[in-house]
Amino acid sequence: MTGPVLTALLSHWRRRPFQLATLLLGLSLATALWSGVQALNAEARKSYAEAASILGGGGLSELARTDGGTIPVETYAALRTAGWLVSPLVDGWLSSEGGRIRLLGMDPFTIPQDTSIAASVEPSLYPELVGTNGILLANRATAARLPDLEDRIRIIEDLAPNMILADITTAQDLVDMAGFSRMFLLPDQPLLRPDLASVAPELTVRPPATANDLGRLTDSFHLNLTAFGLLSFAVGLAIVHGSVGLAFEQRRPVLRTLRALGVSARRIVMCLIFELLTLALVAGALGVIVGYVMAAALLPDVAATLRGLYGATVNDALTLSPLWWLGGVGIACIGTAVAAANGLWRVARMPPLASARPRAWIMASSHAMRWQAGGAAVCLAAAICAVAFGGGLVGGFVLVGGFLTAAALLLPIILSSLISVASRWSRGPIGQWFWADTRQQLPGLSLALMALLLALAANVGVGTMVASFRATFAGWLDQRLVSDLYVTVEDETDIPALMAFLEDKSDAVLPIWHVDAEVMGAPAEIYGVVDHPVYAANWPLLSAQPDTWDRIAEGTGALINEQLARREGFSLEDPLPLPGGWTTTVIGIYSDYGNPLGQVVLPLETLTRRYPGVDRSDFGILVPDRNKEALTAALTEEFGLPEDWITDQGAIKAFSLSIFERTFAVTAALNVLTLAVAGVAILTNLLTLASMRLPQLAPAWALGLTRTTLGRLEFIRALVLAALTFMFALPVGLGLAWMLLAIINVEAFGWRLPMHLFPLDWAWLGALSLGAAGLASIWPAYQLVKRPPADLARVFSHER
Amino acid sequence: MNARALLPLLFCITPSLAMAQGFAELGQTSEGYALPDPATRFTFPDDHGPHPEFRIEWWYVTANLKDAEGTDYGIQWTLFRNALSPSGRPEDQAWMGHAAVSTPTGHLFAERLARGGIGQAGVAVAPFEAFIDEWRMAGPDLATVSITAQGHEFRYDLELSSNGPFVPQGEDGYSVKSFVGQASHYYSQPFYSVSGTLNLPKGEVQVTGRAWLDREWSSQPLAPDQTGWDWVSLHLSDGEKLMVYRMRDQARGAYVVGTWIAPNGLPEPLRIGSLEMTPVEWAEVAGQLLPVAWDIAHEVRGIAIRVEAIYPQSWMGTRISYWEGPVRAIGSHSGEGYLEMSGY
Amino acid sequence: MLLDVHGLKKCFPGSERPITVLDGVSLSLDAGEVVALTGESGSGKSTLLHVIAGLEPTDDGSVLFDGVDICSMDDAGRAALRRNSIGIVFQQFNLIPSLNVRQNLVFHARLAGRAASVDLPALTTWLGLTDHLDKFPEDLSGGEQQRVAIGRAVASEPKLVLADEPTGNLDESTGQAVFDLLLALARRTGAALLIATHSMRLAEAADRRMHLSHGKLRA
Repeated sequence: MTGPVLTALLSHWRRRPFQLATLLLGLSLATALWSGVQALNAEARKSYAEAASILGGGGLSELARTDGGTIPVETYAALRTAGWLVSPLVDGWLSSEGGRIRLLGMDPFTIPQDTSIAASVEPSLYPELVGTNGILLANRATAARLPDLEDRIRIIEDLAPNMILADITTAQDLVDMAGFSRMFLLPDQPLLRPDLASVAPELTVRPPATANDLGRLTDSFHLNLTAFGLLSFAVGLAIVHGSVGLAFEQRRPVLRTLRALGVSARRIVMCLIFELLTLALVAGALGVIVGYVMAAALLPDVAATLRGLYGATVNDALTLSPLWWLGGVGIACIGTAVAAANGLWRVARMPPLASARPRAWIMASSHAMRWQAGGAAVCLAAAICAVAFGGGLVGGFVLVGGFLTAAALLLPIILSSLISVASRWSRGPIGQWFWADTRQQLPGLSLALMALLLALAANVGVGTMVASFRATFAGWLDQRLVSDLYVTVEDETDIPALMAFLEDKSDAVLPIWHVDAEVMGAPAEIYGVVDHPVYAANWPLLSAQPDTWDRIAEGTGALINEQLARREGFSLEDPLPLPGGWTTTVIGIYSDYGNPLGQVVLPLETLTRRYPGVDRSDFGILVPDRNKEALTAALTEEFGLPEDWITDQGAIKAFSLSIFERTFAVTAALNVLTLAVAGVAILTNLLTLASMRLPQLAPAWALGLTRTTLGRLEFIRALVLAALTFMFALPVGLGLAWMLLAIINVEAFGWRLPMHLFPLDWAWLGALSLGAAGLASIWPAYQLVKRPPADLARVFSHER
Repeated sequence: MNARALLPLLFCITPSLAMAQGFAELGQTSEGYALPDPATRFTFPDDHGPHPEFRIEWWYVTANLKDAEGTDYGIQWTLFRNALSPSGRPEDQAWMGHAAVSTPTGHLFAERLARGGIGQAGVAVAPFEAFIDEWRMAGPDLATVSITAQGHEFRYDLELSSNGPFVPQGEDGYSVKSFVGQASHYYSQPFYSVSGTLNLPKGEVQVTGRAWLDREWSSQPLAPDQTGWDWVSLHLSDGEKLMVYRMRDQARGAYVVGTWIAPNGLPEPLRIGSLEMTPVEWAEVAGQLLPVAWDIAHEVRGIAIRVEAIYPQSWMGTRISYWEGPVRAIGSHSGEGYLEMSGY
Repeated sequence: MLLDVHGLKKCFPGSERPITVLDGVSLSLDAGEVVALTGESGSGKSTLLHVIAGLEPTDDGSVLFDGVDICSMDDAGRAALRRNSIGIVFQQFNLIPSLNVRQNLVFHARLAGRAASVDLPALTTWLGLTDHLDKFPEDLSGGEQQRVAIGRAVASEPKLVLADEPTGNLDESTGQAVFDLLLALARRTGAALLIATHSMRLAEAADRRMHLSHGKLRA
């Protein structure tokens, strides 16, 4: 018996293939965007875990210097000969095409056997690893980015991405380091050993590093992606909800007949569930495939972003587990269930003789406007509470979510009022009919228009944020990169010679020496600056005292970056505890866009006195533009500095901006996709409505409006609604941009950006939304124009 | 005891001899190492120190110990040097330490690896010090040394002093290992008396006993047909010492030679053909059958000794695994000593 | 006795107080009997038929079909009864719009598991639908649609056919033809036929007539 029931129910789709396509499209798109984003996140997280398991020895504690300096080999030997089983590591970076590559030097003699490092490296490779010109280990993709080292690299396919493994001596050579960065503390220590303080008092034991450390830094980025995925999923589900509900409603007569012919309500519901499940499985499978393609296309940008912004290592290629595929199909089923729950519930509860009212079903939302207004108020209240009482990144996202939902719920009310105003101003019968009819159409289109609103607002908001960021960042780079040339010396004993060489060839030489350390329990960089007027003239400070630069010149106080100030709640004149057990005073806060780490700037003399192990290899040179090339040539030819070690200010700027561009390439792509989904939502809604609008159109036709006129009016109506939605989306988007800049960014990255407005972008987006609405309405309008008059006439003869 | 030439193949996790051989060959491709010379005579104390011109070398101490109740213990303290290149530079040396305690309740062992040139391992002559990490054998000279080593569940601190001379093995210290002429420089100090403390999971144990030091260096691995070795050192009841090794050769049978050492330290080589060393009892150790009792016979010398493992489970589960533990001797002579078996 | 309805009561919620639609209705039908139920629009004819078909619950009274009380059955039981023993012809929208004529004709028989015994060519000839088998309901005239609905009921071999104003939407001559077809159905299958109509002229052709007025039944 189930067979004929299914035949009857499913035959609906055969007669309405377009409705079926709509449903599948909506569901596939929702699934695709969702699972695509999940794929990106999953791949990144997997890469973090791999990298962390290599770098962190899979949960081994570490020994490191409290001031972040390098550990002398003698200290290592002293520890070992005292009975401390530690294994030395050299951390470094190699520059390559496509961003830095993590270099990890390890000691094959002492590396614990159960670490990922030991597992990644066949013992048979050890002899080649050890000694001068030892080999380097990398996976194929990473190796391809280091053509200069080609003959020294051995491919290890399973090695974590963006990572080079080498013997400690090889790594020391490559990064020009004399000691070790840190040491693994082996889990099984011998019976007797002295206190750490009596052997190496400058070292501390750090708990095992985990993938979470990197996860914390990149959380905001992934949250951003997830939010977009959810938004798109919601928009997709709106389409599904619309078409599933309509399909149920249109089939009411069938359901009534089936009940009359002796099919129980239970069986009908079961058959409908079966039907939905089939649709969900098909659409889910399609969506997962599309999501995979999307993720694969976006991943290189995501990987480059994470590398550039956070130094995280992420694969360029997707390797997804079967669980991900299942998850994608699962989310399609869940989405379908959510979207269809209402319809199914009504079918199950429906009296057998209830008659079908598809148009009423679609228009039902007109009664819901009051409820929507109430819902909007609740969402706004939740949003405000989240910020007022919750705070944090999650609070920020609740604010954004609540704000956007409220705006979406308010849209029909606002559009309805706008249309009322317009109809009052319109003259002539056609105009009046047009506005009245538009208003009547509104409930049926409101879901699609909400989707459009969300997509547009997201576009305006994110676009404004990105463009503001770009404008601020570029200006900031101009100021911050005060030196004209940047040079790196390989051997610190060359420094005096370099200074002497540059003495009369440049305006000034500014050491850019730094040490990586822990400040307030989190990794940070400590830099030193000399007293030079160029800093006071160029360095943009967010807050400062009148005598800030004088005090730097005197050697007292420190500047900190905005990230550190926000994270620890520092303001001017606060005491700043620094590694090594001393405290200085915060005398200035500067913006430091794009840096995930806290930063401290000390007078150079203080830096070298407190931290003798600073990295002294980098210098900035002030030189008039006209002499720049000559000086570069002199440095390479006369002084013998390799060309690679001299960087032009412009090159750094270009590199920084390129990282920035890639950071937001993904966001931009998701933006466009969301807009596309909204366009599809409008198209499907218009097409659905078109089939039911004949009774509305036929009287106008009978009274003398040609089908062409009607078609044109339909087209114009879509444009008008899109334009009105866009007008509302603009303030919503700007509000969103403000929230992103003033709340989300501060929470996620630790810096606040000034908001810039870009009206030209809005014009472009407005045109785009009109284009989308126009495209979506052109087919239904054309269908109306080509409609046989008999169809319209039948409206009057058919008593329905 | 040249057979231990296999052990310094530091990086072979697989204990298979074939692989070890393969690696040995690899290490040998860079010719340039010195080869043992029959004309060489030892000069002390210089020869107690490292010979980096040779590829492999070790300082190998085994001791038979007893506590106050007469319970048997055995300890092993070993430092291997393996050159990564013939340069002789300290940074081209790899070092490996093995330490073990055989007890009635189990065999405890530990292993350490280190690279040379960074102060983590090495050997100095005067005053004598051989060390890897915190494991040390040190004293004013090699005749009087303290040795210590530990793992995460045991430790020992022992004082060794010898009342006899260093004894060259083979022909004046030139020790031939195979039918085709592989050889090493090899001397021993079998006359140490020992006292000290063992730190065991059950607690501290005061022990006394006798120890045996082997010093050996070479550049050649086993001959291609040789699959492993069995080595015995014995302290006999009348003050004599006996060392016998048996190189197992697939093609020509076993290559068995040894040294009979008089109480005054005078060595008498027991040459190929005159000695027999035969497994008589087998036991399952670490998943395989190993001989845990041997008959050693030399007609001319009147030797007919049965050697039995005191703790048959004395298995060294290190990267290169082998059996090494204390033994008891009965028969024509009685006594105690150490047995090593590798390549099974 | 095929159908024995006793003391049926049915109220609907009204704006001020409940409206009594059926007020103690009793009637009985023998197998093969054709009974016309007349009454004005809103007199409760449809409600009575729906209750008998188990499509609506009653407030009081019993409906015995083949001696079994429909009112005591659950939804699945009533569904099974309709599927196997009752054919229903409504005023309009009887057919499944997405199935063609051929599929609609055998649909009820398939649900009842009797599709194999349907003689489709004979049925369509009898109904005069031979040329319309591949058409969809929306392509048929009202009379043709009702003929398909009657044909569907015939094919399912019911014991009772309930027809609710089957000609109400049709012009006079088409209505007469459909009515004749219904009578022929009853004769052809031996099913009892309870037909609600407001046309006295059509009711004349039935074996027995009953009139429903203000919720009460008169013979």
